Amino acid sequence: MTRTRVLGAVAGLAIIAALIAAPFGLKPYGIYILTLWAVTTVAAIGLNLTLGYAGQVSLAQGAFVGIGAYAAALLTTHGWPLGSAYVAAAVACFAIGWLLGYPALRVQHHYLAFVTLAFSTLLYLVFRNEEWITGGIYGISNIPRPSLFGYLLRTPRDFYYFCLANLALVSLATWWLIRSPWGRAFVALRENPLRALSLGVDTRRYTLIAFALGAGLGGISGVLYAPLVQYIDPTPFSLLLSLNLLLMVIVGGSGYFFGPFVGAVVAVLLPEWLQSADKLYDALGPFSDVLRTVLPPDALRYVAKHYLVAYAMFVMVLLVFSPSGIIGFFDKRFTARKIEPPAPATAAKVA
Amino acid sequence: MADFIQLLVAGLATGGIYALVAIGFTLLWQTSQTINFAQGEFVMLPAFFMLIALGAFGLPFWGAVVIGIIVSAVVLGVLFKRLLVDPMIRHGVLPLAIATMALALFLKEAVKDFYGAEAQPFPPLAADINVSFLGASVALQSLIVLAIALTAVIALQLFLNRTQTGRRMQATAQNPTVARILGIPVDRMILLAFIINAVLAAVASALVTPIYLAKFSNGEYLGIAAFIAAIVGGFNQVRGAIVGGLLLGVIDNFAAAYLSAQYRAAIPLLLLIVVILFRPQGLLGRLEERTV
Repeated sequence: MTRTRVLGAVAGLAIIAALIAAPFGLKPYGIYILTLWAVTTVAAIGLNLTLGYAGQVSLAQGAFVGIGAYAAALLTTHGWPLGSAYVAAAVACFAIGWLLGYPALRVQHHYLAFVTLAFSTLLYLVFRNEEWITGGIYGISNIPRPSLFGYLLRTPRDFYYFCLANLALVSLATWWLIRSPWGRAFVALRENPLRALSLGVDTRRYTLIAFALGAGLGGISGVLYAPLVQYIDPTPFSLLLSLNLLLMVIVGGSGYFFGPFVGAVVAVLLPEWLQSADKLYDALGPFSDVLRTVLPPDALRYVAKHYLVAYAMFVMVLLVFSPSGIIGFFDKRFTARKIEPPAPATAAKVA
Repeated sequence: MADFIQLLVAGLATGGIYALVAIGFTLLWQTSQTINFAQGEFVMLPAFFMLIALGAFGLPFWGAVVIGIIVSAVVLGVLFKRLLVDPMIRHGVLPLAIATMALALFLKEAVKDFYGAEAQPFPPLAADINVSFLGASVALQSLIVLAIALTAVIALQLFLNRTQTGRRMQATAQNPTVARILGIPVDRMILLAFIINAVLAAVASALVTPIYLAKFSNGEYLGIAAFIAAIVGGFNQVRGAIVGGLLLGVIDNFAAAYLSAQYRAAIPLLLLIVVILFRPQGLLGRLEERTV
């Protein structure tokens, strides 16, 4: 246990160091993709709270990202600072998420998936049709980059660090939240709502909070997304985004703290790595020839070209073998090895 | 009045197509607790099977439709069950539902990448003429679509209620354990439900594609329409899916004509939200008990 913990800490520090050092070795496009990863991860962390911890299916996370993005775009193009967009988006998404949680009090699982799906589609129609506010299909352009304490975060690298800091804050807050009584109540809600209720957990309130918090993080992700791409139209916030975010959480491992991070790597970073496998191999020096034979860059580029097809295929195969995602897959492997001979306490936890 | 009848017939024709798709959806749920989020793509895909049969093998239209239905029965019926549903169902309803979302993405993107992103023309079912019906001029195509959809629905009802196999399927849906004890081959009945679903989807595909053209993204709205029809009617009843489908088709057409073309798609969604909130068992459905 302690050994795994030390290994985990070392790996975690290495990854953080790599994330901080990364922009110095990357072209602007690489930094852009890495920023997109950080922004996407924030939304996925939010959905993981709703879906992974509280067990409420939501196909509306993309819509909340959209609300955040439009709030940021509208406010900042009218001269307001990005900070105001944070507040506006977080409050709006929290409130709408809270309201969207009400159906969850009445219906569960697939019904909830349909309600949130309907909400998501409705909101897309609003983004597209209400031209007087959203610009319709023409979108909103010239979204400025924010400034922090008077310093304009104009370069890709500065803005990347800004988003990375946001991700770090969101991660820390979530880490704290899931260890707090609230987080425990979420898990109780997921595992057995009736039992949770009879143990005195106010399931009504926690269901709504789970929705509202998840939605709020979706909004914050959108607030970061708008100044990143600097032009938004309704297309990226269609149902596909909600679906992608849901699959991301599932692929990484829903209910695992690091699930959304891994899921976003598979969905956002992996296609880019496959695309530029050639250059990555060059960096590996002596191993590059072996890798080139085992995993030919042409084949990887082909996969990258049809990435969504390959990704969807991968998700289906992964779900068959490990419904708890990539992290769940490894978690079970290690736990299985650790518990022979099974100690009563651990065995109960695994079961 | 003439406008009204015209819209009503067009709405019933669209509704008949929705009903076909929704029936399959409820059949899968009843027999195997499968929520198929790829249902819309199951309607999108057969049109491409038919186009390939038409183009590459030079079959006549009706031959291509038959081939399309058979290929769909194998791919979207048998293979779907064997390769995805059977290994997934032991993980529970929700993981399986999510796997079908991935399947929807897979089918859509595969058609886009490997067939083409452009909308492909699809041969019409009938000449583009109007006939006089109750004093209104109605597209012949609408009447034919409605007739075929109704025939398929009635045939299915007769099969389910009047034949031994159909009644065995109903028994399987109502109580698989007892059905098994009574000697009903439950697994074969479930497989049959999957095949029927695929066949209905393929028929719907042949009916709808001449109107919408064959496009990879056709499934998005059709899938949502089928969910809405199934839920509005009553998720655990074939009858409900028929009523829900027809109702939705009519509402859809009237909303587009009288309310707002831009928000046409919004009306069914609002209907869905209202029904789920106030009558989650659907208009005709029975309430399912919750268990601890």
